[in-house]
Amino acid sequence: MSLSQLIQAVEEADSSRRLLEAVQNLANARLEGAIPTLIEALSYNNPGAAVAAVDGLILLGDPAVPALLELLDMHNYTARSWAIRALAGIGDPRGLVTLLGVATADFAFSVRRAAVKGLGLMKWHWFPDELREIAQEEALEALLFVAHQDDEWVVRYAAVVGLQALAMTIADTYPHWRSEIQSQLEQMANKEQTLAVRARVWLALKNIQHNIQPEAHTSINLEESEAKKSPLTPDDWQDILNKLYEIKSQERAENLEEGDPRRFQKLAAAIGKDQP
Amino acid sequence: MSESELPDDNQLTLEQALINLQCEDLGLRIYAAWWLGRFRVKDSRAIALLINALADEADRTDAGGYPLRRNAARALGKLGDRSAVSALIRSLDCEDFYVREAAAQSLEMLGDIACVPKLLEMLNTPITSEVSGLESEQPFDAILEALGTLGAVETIPQILPFLEHPIPRVKYAAARAMYQLSSDPETAAQYGNILINALSNNDLQLRRTVLSDLGAIGYLGAAEAISNTMAENSLKLISLKGVLEKQIPLATPPDLTAGAVRVMALMDDLL
Repeated sequence: MSLSQLIQAVEEADSSRRLLEAVQNLANARLEGAIPTLIEALSYNNPGAAVAAVDGLILLGDPAVPALLELLDMHNYTARSWAIRALAGIGDPRGLVTLLGVATADFAFSVRRAAVKGLGLMKWHWFPDELREIAQEEALEALLFVAHQDDEWVVRYAAVVGLQALAMTIADTYPHWRSEIQSQLEQMANKEQTLAVRARVWLALKNIQHNIQPEAHTSINLEESEAKKSPLTPDDWQDILNKLYEIKSQERAENLEEGDPRRFQKLAAAIGKDQP
Repeated sequence: MSESELPDDNQLTLEQALINLQCEDLGLRIYAAWWLGRFRVKDSRAIALLINALADEADRTDAGGYPLRRNAARALGKLGDRSAVSALIRSLDCEDFYVREAAAQSLEMLGDIACVPKLLEMLNTPITSEVSGLESEQPFDAILEALGTLGAVETIPQILPFLEHPIPRVKYAAARAMYQLSSDPETAAQYGNILINALSNNDLQLRRTVLSDLGAIGYLGAAEAISNTMAENSLKLISLKGVLEKQIPLATPPDLTAGAVRVMALMDDLL
């Protein structure tokens, strides 16, 4: 079937079962032209179709990100939460700031859970070196906070998965962060109330120790895209940096912690030049 | 996916709930009974009042139901106090179907085998042919699940016929109980596989019920099927959590069984 036939099938579906099948077929075709229709499907109030659309958007990866970010500005909460899950699954840096906000603050635990996992599995290798450090520090803080504080076991579970992934990524560059993650996990190994989460902590500690990469499908996507260069423009990075800067200065205003926002200004100039 | 999230409704206090449970306003009484269960308020005065509420006559619906008794019965299961057992057994005779259902579920949670003879007696209520398949005269699924959890192996002969029950929910409850009551792993797996097959049923509500059954019994053989079920990820995660937690005691922490690691890989993917 051609793209237009696949799209037509979605538009003409007259039952929830047919809609689900049509969206699944469209998603499986892995065609960039399907993105607007898949995005549309996130607001259909058909959970099956939304799941299929999210999977399709994750497969398509970064080309879907601008449209997803646009959807986030709208007020349909259900569509928003699906878009966040797609963004988390794609791991595109343009979603970073959204995921940071959502991971600690969204009222729906299913959204926090997806965002938290997305923070751990961000496409860190796309980041310019200087920006990566700031971004990873934010992700680390958010993950540590959620692992410690969230009321829902599944969100804490996701935070452990995220912390494990982050610990692997930063193991060589920032050994002190790695130890910070390990000591948080060791604390959870004793104090965590939910048995399933505690078990995931044991596994994470073992994996970090032996440097075993998690076997989530997200990491397979990561490998596929490994060879691909970041599609982000200097403007995108500038935008991410500005937003991170905002977060930092807010944190600073709130608790006067370490972190001099002035270094961001130098960075902003540097990133604009270095990127292709 | 509409995932219901309970509001953290902590505005009542224990003292206020105790007062409300005895006040004139029936709405406040029902709410107080729910609240005590929801927030696991394990207080002996609360338990005594909830036990009294099981005999309440003031709160009746036009159809003859007892809303306060239902909430009280549900709360007593969550509070884990076995002093409620005999009152809950008496509630199994209540004319309100939902009170009987709640009482059976709470007795299952309290884990006291004293209720087994009464539950067995309820199973023997003749099964009328369900033309419309709407509802059975007894909460058979709750009764069967309780017998399975309570380890009542002596009731196996009475449970077996329910594997053919016309109401799917009841049929799967029987399979769930038989899984728990079968000492031989291969026999247990046969019953577990009945539940796995049910995961491809066309009815979403039924798939959700079976997901929760598989989580409750923690059948490892179902892990992959659970993760592939057409249902909300949140429900699949809860189901797999049950499977995972059954694996934990089989190894010495922090060691994990191969099964546990397998389940966690599936869970990671569903987040």
